[in-house]
Amino acid sequence: MTAVSPPSRRASAFFFRKPKLRLGILLSAPLLWLGLAYLGALAALFITAFWSTDVFTGKVVTDWSFDNFVTLFTDSVYRTITLRTVGIALLVTVIDAVIAFPMAFAMAKLASPKAQRILVIAVMTPLWASYLVKAYAWRTLLSGNGAISWLLSPFGLSGPGYGVAATVITLSYLWLPYMILPIYAGLERLPDSLVDASGDLGARSFRTFRSVILPLAFPAIVAGSIFTFSLSLGDYIAVKIVGGTSQMLGNVVYDNIGAANNLPFAATVAIVPVVIMLVYLAVVRRTGALNNL
Amino acid sequence: MSKTGRVVLWTALGVGFAVIYFPLLVVLLNSVNSDTTFGWPPKSFTLEWWGRAVTNAGALHALWTSIEAGVAATAIALVLGTMAAFALQRYRFFGRDSISLLIILPIALPGIVTGIALNNAFRTILGIDLGLLTAIIAHATFCIVVVFNNVVARLRRMGGNLEEASMDLGADGITTFRLVTFPMLRSALLAGGLLAFALSFDEIIVTTFTLGTGMETLPIWIYDNLFRPNQAPVVNVVAAVLIIVSTVPVYFAQKLSGGDSSSGGRI
Repeated sequence: MTAVSPPSRRASAFFFRKPKLRLGILLSAPLLWLGLAYLGALAALFITAFWSTDVFTGKVVTDWSFDNFVTLFTDSVYRTITLRTVGIALLVTVIDAVIAFPMAFAMAKLASPKAQRILVIAVMTPLWASYLVKAYAWRTLLSGNGAISWLLSPFGLSGPGYGVAATVITLSYLWLPYMILPIYAGLERLPDSLVDASGDLGARSFRTFRSVILPLAFPAIVAGSIFTFSLSLGDYIAVKIVGGTSQMLGNVVYDNIGAANNLPFAATVAIVPVVIMLVYLAVVRRTGALNNL
Repeated sequence: MSKTGRVVLWTALGVGFAVIYFPLLVVLLNSVNSDTTFGWPPKSFTLEWWGRAVTNAGALHALWTSIEAGVAATAIALVLGTMAAFALQRYRFFGRDSISLLIILPIALPGIVTGIALNNAFRTILGIDLGLLTAIIAHATFCIVVVFNNVVARLRRMGGNLEEASMDLGADGITTFRLVTFPMLRSALLAGGLLAFALSFDEIIVTTFTLGTGMETLPIWIYDNLFRPNQAPVVNVVAAVLIIVSTVPVYFAQKLSGGDSSSGGRI
């Protein structure tokens, strides 16, 4: 081969011999974007949390202090809201796990391959039907003359109305597909032979569930819980739509950016879910859940 | 499994789907319900709200903003997500786990954190006025992971054999990418792009904090009109349209990805 190769070919050969350079080029743009735009913004948020707002001009004052954190931890209003938010997020996660597991199990282990695909699409479709539309649907369902009261009235019961219970119901509804899909994916990967073996060794259904299926499906459940928990922690819109007068952390952040014009305090409050989520991610990392996302 | 066990599980699945779809059905029914308070059960039928919705200037304008933001964010996410997917799937290097965590982070952290962090960075730190561009930057940040996940799943499934065969047969890197890698990747890119667009289209929390004042995407328009009693019927129609339209990208993404993307949670 003596012919001179075209430039594109020479370029190809050059990059082929330099895998590190190829990797560097591939990583550069995503890392610049996420590293600068996202991590940079998160770092800036953390710094802003130590600043304050001038009472008269409304401008951010760049004097360092722990005042915002002191307010957050000592004011009983914020303590109550933090505990309520974490409580709601935990409750929503547990409710979703309990509802999603049998559904995912039936999808992964009982349905035929063709039915499986249809069922997955059926779970994903409402996932993309606008968040607001679904929250709004619950507002009409839960209203005084809505479908829930209509369903319950023959039993002499009334609906929960707007409040914490309505918030939990709405959030559980909104995030349910985020729990079903990872559990389904996890169970689908779980070999039937293990379940059969457990049965052959004399285990009854419950024992097989507890000793074989649950431990193997656990990372998938945790993967789902990352979404249900995180999305609930930061929500403020569902609360505004069906929550009545109760508030969550997200509302405090939102009100401090908008009406109160106190960005530093909003930043301080926003750090709470970040810290909770980072601790949560660090803990669940060992279960291998992050590979199930 | 015991017969009772099967019956219980099938019932759970059936009831679960009934609960998932019932609220959406109520919205669809209410969009043709002539009673403006939407009491249950609906009593009479009308198409008046649909007529008013398709001529609603605010909603149409918001729809256009949503499309602009979605298309731009998807384009950026496609480039960055694909690059990251190749880097993380094809190479082993120090810090690989941290980078995959960094890609997940924008959707793993609550939307309000992403929203306020970017809001703060744009306004306080960089001194940029919020506008459509800032919303696009924000949307692209959390859309990267959707494209990333689809491409990684496809790369994992297709392995390296065909590319090696292409190189053995004398094709250079660029030719191999053009004739072998890219065609196999195309449907995964399309699926990832569709889902990224759908995610951007639906996003409200991050958008609230990063879109300039006086601008509205469709979710923000809905939210603004949600508590106005005389707008309720039009909101209902827009909601109904969104339910119907949202099935399209999911259906195609699922078909195109060949089941790849079904493993994802938010993706």
